[in-house]
Amino acid sequence: MLTVLALLVGALVLLGAVAWWLARSAIGARAVHGGVALAGLMLAAGGVAGLLAGPAVLALPFGPPWGPARLALDPLSAWFLLPVGLSAACAGLFALGGVHGPVPPRALVPWPIFLAGMALCVLAADGFTLLLGFEAMSVASWVLVAQDHAQAENRRAARLYLGFAGFGGVSLMLAFGLMAGGAGDMAFAALRDAPPEGWRAAAVLALVLAGAGSKAGLFPLHVWLPLAHPAAPSHVSAVMSGAMTKVALYVIARCVFDLMGPAQSFWIGAPLIVLGAASAVIGALRANLEDDTKTLLACSTIENVGLVAIGLGLALAFRGADLPALAALAAAAALLHALNHAVFKTLLFLAAGEVLHGAGSRAIDRLGGLVHRMPVTAWAALVGVAAAAALPPLSGFASEWLLLQALLAAWRVGDLAFQMGAAAATALAALGAALAAAAMVRFWGLVFLGRPRTPRAAGAEEGGGAARWALLVPAGLTVLLGLLPGVALDLAEPALRLMAGAAAPRTGLLVVGAAEGGARYWPLLVAVLLALAVGAVLWAVRRRAPSGVVRGPAWDCGFIAAPAHLPFGDPASQPTAAGFGQPLRRMLGGSLLAAREGVAMRPPGSMAPARLDAGFADPALVALEGPLPRWRDALAGQAERLRDLSIRQCLGLTFGAVVLMLVLLAVLERG
Amino acid sequence: MAMVWGILAQALHIALILAAAPLLTGVLRWLKARMMGRRGASPLQPLRDLAKLLRKTPVLAENASAVSRVAPYVAVGAAVAAAALVPSFARGMAFSPLADLILVAGLLALGRVAMALAGMDVGTPFGGLGAAREMSFAVFAEPALVVAALTLAILAGTTNIDTIAGAFREGGLGLRVSLGLALVGMVAVAIAENARIPVDNPSTHLELTMVHEAMILEASGRHLALWEYAAMLRLALWLALLSAVFLPFGQAPAGAAPHLWVVGLLAWVAKMGALALALAAFESAIAKMRVFRVPEFLGAALLLGLLGAVYLFVSTGLS
Repeated sequence: MLTVLALLVGALVLLGAVAWWLARSAIGARAVHGGVALAGLMLAAGGVAGLLAGPAVLALPFGPPWGPARLALDPLSAWFLLPVGLSAACAGLFALGGVHGPVPPRALVPWPIFLAGMALCVLAADGFTLLLGFEAMSVASWVLVAQDHAQAENRRAARLYLGFAGFGGVSLMLAFGLMAGGAGDMAFAALRDAPPEGWRAAAVLALVLAGAGSKAGLFPLHVWLPLAHPAAPSHVSAVMSGAMTKVALYVIARCVFDLMGPAQSFWIGAPLIVLGAASAVIGALRANLEDDTKTLLACSTIENVGLVAIGLGLALAFRGADLPALAALAAAAALLHALNHAVFKTLLFLAAGEVLHGAGSRAIDRLGGLVHRMPVTAWAALVGVAAAAALPPLSGFASEWLLLQALLAAWRVGDLAFQMGAAAATALAALGAALAAAAMVRFWGLVFLGRPRTPRAAGAEEGGGAARWALLVPAGLTVLLGLLPGVALDLAEPALRLMAGAAAPRTGLLVVGAAEGGARYWPLLVAVLLALAVGAVLWAVRRRAPSGVVRGPAWDCGFIAAPAHLPFGDPASQPTAAGFGQPLRRMLGGSLLAAREGVAMRPPGSMAPARLDAGFADPALVALEGPLPRWRDALAGQAERLRDLSIRQCLGLTFGAVVLMLVLLAVLERG
Repeated sequence: MAMVWGILAQALHIALILAAAPLLTGVLRWLKARMMGRRGASPLQPLRDLAKLLRKTPVLAENASAVSRVAPYVAVGAAVAAAALVPSFARGMAFSPLADLILVAGLLALGRVAMALAGMDVGTPFGGLGAAREMSFAVFAEPALVVAALTLAILAGTTNIDTIAGAFREGGLGLRVSLGLALVGMVAVAIAENARIPVDNPSTHLELTMVHEAMILEASGRHLALWEYAAMLRLALWLALLSAVFLPFGQAPAGAAPHLWVVGLLAWVAKMGALALALAAFESAIAKMRVFRVPEFLGAALLLGLLGAVYLFVSTGLS
């Protein structure tokens, strides 16, 4: 199996290489997208096969100078192949339907390499291969983000993304270097044998959280994500949000659960819980304030990554406190939510892409009423929206239910400070989930319901063929994962055992639940109960009430009738994106996101209109964009002085550097 | 045998709560009218209103989509499903393994989202305003509810409502400060979720107070009847939840023979009546607060819930 997957990664790289020539024709471009979709499907199948079969290892016949590159398919890798594969398969299918002619090679070449990088990162069994995959993923996705570089905001997004990707890569390299220690053997087996302790463990944790956490979008290193994810083409946005964040979470899970060894204190989970709770709230709140569909979805990704991080942190804490059953519960919540989010966020991004094709805009204030013109997209997106809003019986509810159960049991860890922090994290996770529900209602309601806000939206056209299937497949998967999370968790059982350090309690096909005696959730029965209740209500109403409806004009709340050239009514009398977000901007935005809202009144007698000035600024971006450019300028100014040095001073510098190196070498040799 | 009793109790419970919901609203309105010195309509008036609305053909806006026609059924279906899970006169009903507090919150959220989307369907300013406010209030209500559930889950070991009710009835937990704080938090959430004073006024159509009414402004005929009925069911559900968790006296234990059900039924009617009286008195005594004061109200509930949990940690840590 692993050999097939390794060959698949190689084939993807090859596909990327030949894509240069294939891009010249529509058929060739379709072949590349079809190849990516097929590869995604095979990766997901490989994940399932890897979970069913035992672990496998493979040493490649090439690699870095100090040893072969190693691959392994253990349960944790196999589980994370699922979100990567499913997301890429749907996105490839979607892109297939969107090709109508030759494509610029820069849009096509990095696309298979992006997927190859993610697969390589997940399959790696030594630090070098993992970093190679991680960096391939970063660079390929950067090229895709920078694809539409004609627009200034895309250039800014790509620049910021490149900076964060570089920072993340360096942090991860340092983390693996610190784990490998003096021996320098980066194979996972060797790293496991010498787990870091004391300050080294703390440093490794901090570096991994900085490196992989910035890629996953954990607060406060999330600031690039709402800019870069939307800047890429829609199918790439879907994979970046659906799969790339999961690969980053996989790197975190691999390092903290596997490579750092089981003998860590329960406090090691605390940073993940804190950062996860902060991400959940900030991400979901920003999703309520953004007025661009894809930016909104990217902010919702930050929220979901935060929830997964809380689950991972709780699992670590439970394992450190020797509560394996609860650790398995928290790990199950994290793994299931990672998969669920990959599927429904892919669906939502693809739906936003379909809206962009059909109605020509990403701005909520230029859309509206699309449920009439694009019904399939609208209803498929509603499934994803309901899952993202954690409504039963869809997939998001199942995993967030598990997460809440794990949080409600966090007091069992025993330490008073941890208990208080966990209680606060419980409140923040619930706040994040409720904010996400508000954001999703805002997204679907403003884009698909109401009246068209522009003539372009009124004339929107739905795509067909492959793009339609690319929406229907993840929508169906979201329903399936919602109704049968027990099947997914049974599949994840070996991965849970690896993470929790003990056998996870088997919960059965129809039910998921906490340990013995705890609460249970029966999604299929809940769905049947809901269907019965709705059916009974329908039957009872049918018996008493006359059927059919009468159509009439809507009462427009006292606004004067719209002129004849506005057949859909006055767009200004509909709620706008900013207007719908106003209550939350006022209630929470002021304190958390420095939101401002004020009216600039004109002096008496002036004919100019009063203006509403409203907006917000992410404090993390402000904190970074303030000092960092200043430091860069200061550093550049210092470096400029080197140019004015005389030849003697230049030689002196070189000599000094050599002496310093020799001293360092001597110290290291002796130590 | 216990299974037969369980199914029978479940069927009885569903019939009871479906019938009790309009009556409870009627009684509450009548009590409020009496306290304000009016004579008040008969407690049966909501039933008559529903029957009248059902007979009328709904008028829909020209651009209304299927959401306007489907959402009322989803909302009532979710409310019925949630109400079927909250025990009333007996524990150990057939659905009791399903009766999870978080699931009930999820089902209520499903109804809330259905209503918010229905409010946005036509694209009128009012509907959008109401939907935005409703979702914003829920943002504060849900954490408060989950934190209250934290205290209950620590004391009872689970979030299953049936087990919590049983633990509080038989476990001899006594009066606990944490439980009291959780009660305050849950009452605040119940007030917000049911759009009662001081969060929203259920009996006005004044623009500034409108949250719940703004979303169903476009509904008429059977759709309006369904929205009204869903609101009544939610109120009955919340009062039943409060009485099941915090006032578990008289409830027939799981598997008990039907003669204990009579006691349970009488106790339940008395408890619901007492809660309705308390709610009516509370609503008559205070004024509605400004919309942007609601986060303070629910934030206080959240903090009290957290305080209850912390108190529990400290007290169990010391003992």
